[in-house]
Amino acid sequence: MLSLIGKRIVSAIPSVIGVLVVTFVLTRALPGDPAAYFAGPAATPQAIEEVRRSLGLDKTLPEQFVVYIKDLATGNLGNSIATGQPVLTEIRTRLPASLELTLYGLLVSVLIAVPLGVLAATRPGSWIDHLCRVVTTAGVSLPAFFTGLLLVYVLYYRLGWAPAPLGRLDIFYSAPTTVTGFYTIDALIEGNLEIFRAALAQLLLPVTALAVFTLAPLARMTRAAMLEVLGSDFIRTARASGLPKGKIVYGYAFRNAMLPVVTTLGMVFSFLLGANVLVEKVFSWPGIGTFAIEALVASDYAPIQGFVLTMALLYVMLNLAIDVLYIVIDPRVGFES
Amino acid sequence: MSAVPVLSVDNLSVEFRTRGGIVKALERVSFTVNKGEMVAIVGESGSGKSVTAFTVMGILDAAGRVSHGTATFGGLDVLQAPEAVMRDIRGREMSMIFQNPRVALNPIRRVGDQIADVLLQHGNVTRREAPQRAIEMLARVRIPDPERRARAYPFELSGGMCQRIMIAIALSCAPKMLIADEPTTGLDVTTQAAIMDLIAELGAEQGMATLLITHDLGMAAEYCDQIVVMHAGHIVEAAPTADLFAHPRHPYTAKLIAATPKPSVRLRDLVAIPGNLPDLRAAEIASCRYSARCERRQPRCDQALPHVLGEQRNSMVACWNPL
Amino acid sequence: MTTTATLKHVRYVLTENPVTLFAFGLFGFILFCAIFGPWLAPYDPLATDGAATLRPPSAAHWFGTDALGRDIFSRVLVATRLDLGIAFASVILTFAIGALAGIAAGFFGGWVDRAVGRLADTIMAFPLFVLAMGIVAALGNTVGNIVLATAIINTPLYARVARAEANIRRNAGFVEAARLSGNGEGRILLLQILPNILPILMVQCSLTMGYAILNAAGLSFIGLGIAPPTPEWGILVAEGAALMISGEWWVALFPGLALMTAVFCFNLLGDGLRDIVDPRRRT
Repeated sequence: MLSLIGKRIVSAIPSVIGVLVVTFVLTRALPGDPAAYFAGPAATPQAIEEVRRSLGLDKTLPEQFVVYIKDLATGNLGNSIATGQPVLTEIRTRLPASLELTLYGLLVSVLIAVPLGVLAATRPGSWIDHLCRVVTTAGVSLPAFFTGLLLVYVLYYRLGWAPAPLGRLDIFYSAPTTVTGFYTIDALIEGNLEIFRAALAQLLLPVTALAVFTLAPLARMTRAAMLEVLGSDFIRTARASGLPKGKIVYGYAFRNAMLPVVTTLGMVFSFLLGANVLVEKVFSWPGIGTFAIEALVASDYAPIQGFVLTMALLYVMLNLAIDVLYIVIDPRVGFES
Repeated sequence: MSAVPVLSVDNLSVEFRTRGGIVKALERVSFTVNKGEMVAIVGESGSGKSVTAFTVMGILDAAGRVSHGTATFGGLDVLQAPEAVMRDIRGREMSMIFQNPRVALNPIRRVGDQIADVLLQHGNVTRREAPQRAIEMLARVRIPDPERRARAYPFELSGGMCQRIMIAIALSCAPKMLIADEPTTGLDVTTQAAIMDLIAELGAEQGMATLLITHDLGMAAEYCDQIVVMHAGHIVEAAPTADLFAHPRHPYTAKLIAATPKPSVRLRDLVAIPGNLPDLRAAEIASCRYSARCERRQPRCDQALPHVLGEQRNSMVACWNPL
Repeated sequence: MTTTATLKHVRYVLTENPVTLFAFGLFGFILFCAIFGPWLAPYDPLATDGAATLRPPSAAHWFGTDALGRDIFSRVLVATRLDLGIAFASVILTFAIGALAGIAAGFFGGWVDRAVGRLADTIMAFPLFVLAMGIVAALGNTVGNIVLATAIINTPLYARVARAEANIRRNAGFVEAARLSGNGEGRILLLQILPNILPILMVQCSLTMGYAILNAAGLSFIGLGIAPPTPEWGILVAEGAALMISGEWWVALFPGLALMTAVFCFNLLGDGLRDIVDPRRRT
């Protein structure tokens, strides 16, 4: 199994190279003068020349690529014009905010979608099956930013149940000491339940908006996989052996049905990371999505490049983690012909 | 030895609700399986042999419904028994093995654990004893190196090996009856004989009744005491094996025998049976369902169900114009 | 399947599944709005009215007015053409690139397959919306680039479906027959394989339409592509976003509902078409 995991890790290398090449090409595909872009709109001609040389844009493309890779290796993603900060620093401080949102979104989504799919598959034609159908079709049709806005209107403006959609923590609270960068976890480490509750309250609406959007593919896949597994020969054998229904559905069918669901997680993460950007904008969430949007508006290119690169590498790693999980739970991987 | 009936099926009719209407998959099916006996139900695909087995086991699809009849097993009508009772009977008193054994086992569970699951459910064993008992069962079905094999997954084993595992699961609680649904389909020819020998041997050891579902008349002849011939949801003939081969009385049986390869018969002398199974959706077929394919057809064959000849249940023929 | 059998099957699916019928009706309505929207709109979608800003829905302004007094109903209606146009254009582009690349990969195998596969994998290595953001940011903030970015991120899905279907058929009986009667490989690909997998690709098209609309609206929501004051659903929602906190719900709600309805329609339509084309894959 370890050698399989090793092989899978090695097989991620082409993806990483692909990501590096694409981000490089995107940088060089800038219309007009990339140096002017990187220098920012207010730069003088001398400053642009300066940037051109510092970025190595006067060299040939292969040379530029080598320089680009070297810069990345040393963590140099350039500087943000708007903040003057190195892009890497910005991303490092903002990434936990985005990750916290994404992971809670995934967690809530899985906790709702999987039981819903299982119940729909074990009771075909029942109200819960119809509910599953509606949720899966309606869920993907609701843009996450729109769901977010609806939630804000109803739960904040109308009912006042949720706090104002302005960032990770109400202004009355100060952020907990950074350990993981996740406010909820850091607050627990500090033992400060009040901040924990406040951070959770801020997460409530954006996480719901993300979960609603990503519920659909998960619930749909769970239902389909459960239906297929429940109709398979080995379930018939289990029934003929007199195993109780619970054991058949949860012990035998569910574990088999989870395999294709784990595979879908890759697509779900792609959805999540994309929707995250939009949801961050709606909730003024200080994550890397907001950072990228601000940079887009200001034509500040280095942060955008850093953002795309970070998200892509993150996604490659998440996919890697998913595949490793798959190798661990399916004994057949690597043995089939 | 006087015959002790283990399973007695009487006038069983089963219908399926489908898009195209109601399909009468079984009509007035009756037969008996005695203790220590092996009985074969022989017929083409779609003749209703598997439906019979599934109905008796109580694992029929939701679309299927018993419309008539009884199936008495150990004094209990299993068709009327509540699901909780049936669950307790399945795997403990009445077991079943299936075709294509490699896909009939849980692909991601170790085979030893799959046997242990059934033992824990029915076999009065503790969680600590179960693995050891599972290994003993593997040894009983002649699996070499059972300790190691118990830790294997189905995909690591051959089809024959998987069928042995399934037999081990089925026999782990010493049932009174085993239903073997095409147990050798999907296996190598050499493995087929070994599996059938094993079923016969273990059945004899335990004094178990065995119901073999097969399309292979040759195999039925070799292993079974009794043969029940099914066609399109009807039993057309039932007889002790020797009698059936010596004097087939139903035209369909005669054709089946003529279509079965034997060492003495050359391939080109084998006779194909003309026609296909009739459409069972036709609203009311209260007549012989073989008549359209039959060479001995008479006008009355299309008008009424054939008269059943024969005083014993396991020696009968349903035909207006028997051989 | 013969034509009459197909028609019978279509009718069966439609009567059996009224939802699909509903989706077809909705699609007709959306198409109608896209074509005739500009003539039907009661107001000029760009005309501001300082005397009637942020009015809630009323008989005069069905969907209310925005911060500049523009009629939201007119803006939402007129935006249909642009949103649908972007989605159609990108899906057609995706179809052209993805289907051809996928069929070639599945049919020829070998290095073509590897090259297409590697390219598709590289695109799939990005979270798709993020890649679209990067592409639009790099190529320039225009509607054309939104179309292009949306097409690029959807291409791998098409290529994958087309590849699988072509691969199944590369040695099918009718292909062998065409080959034996002296047809070249390219000809077989276009005349035998493509028509055979067209229905399945059309289903994919419908499903992708919804995603394309969402993607384009998402990009304009964060300020990429279409520039205000051009009415577009994503921008309209963005314009109303800040007003949600102060209670002017109608500014964002109606364009959001329009967006949702269109995506919902294409998703339903895709599911319905799949039932018609390939009943086995019902989920």
